[in-house]
Amino acid sequence: MISLSLRRNGVDHGNGKAGDAVSSAEREVVGGVGPETDWERVQNSPEFARLRRRLRVFVFPMTALFLAWYLLYVLLADYAHGFMSTKLFGNITVGLVLGLLQFVSTFVITGLYVRYANRKLDPVADELRAEIEGEQRR
Amino acid sequence: MTLAAGVQGSSPALNIIIFGVFVLITLVIVFRASRNTKTASDYYAAGRAFTGPQNGIAISGDYLSAASFLGIAGAIAVNGYDGFLYSIGFLVAWLVALLLVAELLRNTGKFTMGDVLAFRMKQRPVRAAAAISTLAVSFFYLLAQMAGAGGLVNLLLGIEGNLGQDLVIAVVGVIMILYVLIGGMKGTTWVQIIKAALLIIGAFAMTLWVLGKYGFNLSNLFQAAIDKGGKGGAALLDPGKQYGKTGTTKLDFLSLGIALVLGTAGLPHVLMRFYTVPTARDARRSVVWAIVLIGVFYLFTLVLGYGAGAVVGPEKIAKAPGSTNAAAPLLALELGGPVLLGFIAAVAFATILAVVAGLTITASASFAHDVYANVIKKGKTSPDSEVRIARITALVIGAVAIVGGILAKEQNVAFLVALAFAVAASANLPTILYSLFWKRFNTQGALWSIYGGLIVCVVLIVFSPAVSGGAKPMIKGVDFHWFPLENPGIVSIPVSFFLGWLGTVLSKERNAKKYAEMEVRALTGAGAEKAIAH
Repeated sequence: MISLSLRRNGVDHGNGKAGDAVSSAEREVVGGVGPETDWERVQNSPEFARLRRRLRVFVFPMTALFLAWYLLYVLLADYAHGFMSTKLFGNITVGLVLGLLQFVSTFVITGLYVRYANRKLDPVADELRAEIEGEQRR
Repeated sequence: MTLAAGVQGSSPALNIIIFGVFVLITLVIVFRASRNTKTASDYYAAGRAFTGPQNGIAISGDYLSAASFLGIAGAIAVNGYDGFLYSIGFLVAWLVALLLVAELLRNTGKFTMGDVLAFRMKQRPVRAAAAISTLAVSFFYLLAQMAGAGGLVNLLLGIEGNLGQDLVIAVVGVIMILYVLIGGMKGTTWVQIIKAALLIIGAFAMTLWVLGKYGFNLSNLFQAAIDKGGKGGAALLDPGKQYGKTGTTKLDFLSLGIALVLGTAGLPHVLMRFYTVPTARDARRSVVWAIVLIGVFYLFTLVLGYGAGAVVGPEKIAKAPGSTNAAAPLLALELGGPVLLGFIAAVAFATILAVVAGLTITASASFAHDVYANVIKKGKTSPDSEVRIARITALVIGAVAIVGGILAKEQNVAFLVALAFAVAASANLPTILYSLFWKRFNTQGALWSIYGGLIVCVVLIVFSPAVSGGAKPMIKGVDFHWFPLENPGIVSIPVSFFLGWLGTVLSKERNAKKYAEMEVRALTGAGAEKAIAH
């Protein structure tokens, strides 16, 4: 359960007196954000930090990984002809198998990301969005 | 050269009839789709009402252009393994879009790439820059498609002479303009979906056919391709047949590889497709569908390419009009006679039509939404007049595409597409990534990376051996090249990243508040544009 205390107009939404106090204090710190959502307040909340960390901790290393793997493959195909032409069985060469593995790795990373996003990102993002948009409607 | 005898056994009348049926059916669908096209959101983003799978199929329809279908199969048939490398780059590139761009872009933008790039910057200069680079990428891509159309006419319809070919290019252009004007994004999307389905089914049937011919044994298929390949046959399975000649060509290949993998997530017409779905989750789902369909299709082209090598033979392909582009159609003719050829020919035409329509709507949206509404009118315009401007722009772009297609008929299609990827990877991708992930990024950084990437990329292309002095230059008889590589990506992409960084740190502008809004909206989807219910 997330309680963000996003309120900035001093209206309490049933969270008790704490919400009131935080929002008026926050208003002073930020200063003149206006009637809309206080985005910096959300950005600095621990819930959002968690969402950002979860996203970055997956997509940045994964991007580095697949780019490195792709680059390795391109460099091998470009500069290691002998190795890539080695026949494994019949006419199936190392180059072909590595090329097909690029397809496999692309499909696998896609599957991993979707699973990760569904389990780890969407629930947090949904709660935060509900909180922010519930706030905006008032 | 008599063009009518281009492909023996082909029946131009049959090809035209099958293509005509496709155009009729799609036009009816576009008309039906247009009934609900009222607002700007309808016209640009199809009311954001497509589902993830529908959009995924449409994306693959947009992405699997004639260069992918005819070009890659032909490259594999003639150059063997080196052709396969194109498909790998084109596919792996989608991971950049999936992991870093698609969902965040859907959450923060409205209609165009400029929406995202200008989100926390000074609106007018950044939108103008985004529109210019959108138009540049779309123009190169359009030229490639229209040049492909010229080659196809030559090959498939047996239309003789320059005038006949020019006429057919003009007809293709006019039909495309109709799709865009009447149907907007919704009509265009349905054309993409139908075309993608036909293309993938057709390629699947031919793949099964080829594999069946060789006992479903890939090794046997390769052996047949080697046997049929004559002197160069043995090298078909090894890398380097096309790019392995010298140190420069090897570096060129590396440069191409980098441009391919980083270009996709910067293609404006691909980015715009993410706005046609209701949520970021649907954007994710559509990329997943696109990755699966595109990946499977490229596996088909591997079989089709070697199949064309084995069944038709590289010598016959090289002699055919349209040369390597003829591999897949010739294979269809050998396998299924004139009827299958007619089907494949119609699908190839439909491919060009659909891709050109997608490019046109993107370029016209960028002009109307970024340049007209936000730069010229400073945001004080009604959605109706914006859409009217978009329609007029589509007409102009259509006319430019027709003229460009007629002029570019003789140009190398794959080269032009690779050029569009290099420009997209240089001018757009660094700016998009900085915008989404770097808090400090600001207006000057955005302008430097867009214009810097664009200018460096285009200048290096102009002075490359591909334009003058190379083996197959665009301008013959003169030699003013000083840049040794045909593809500029290996230089222009790092330069653009560097300029984006340098421009940012040299400017005092900070926009922490807007970045907070952008980041929160990007990650949570709060306040994202909603779907329109009709």
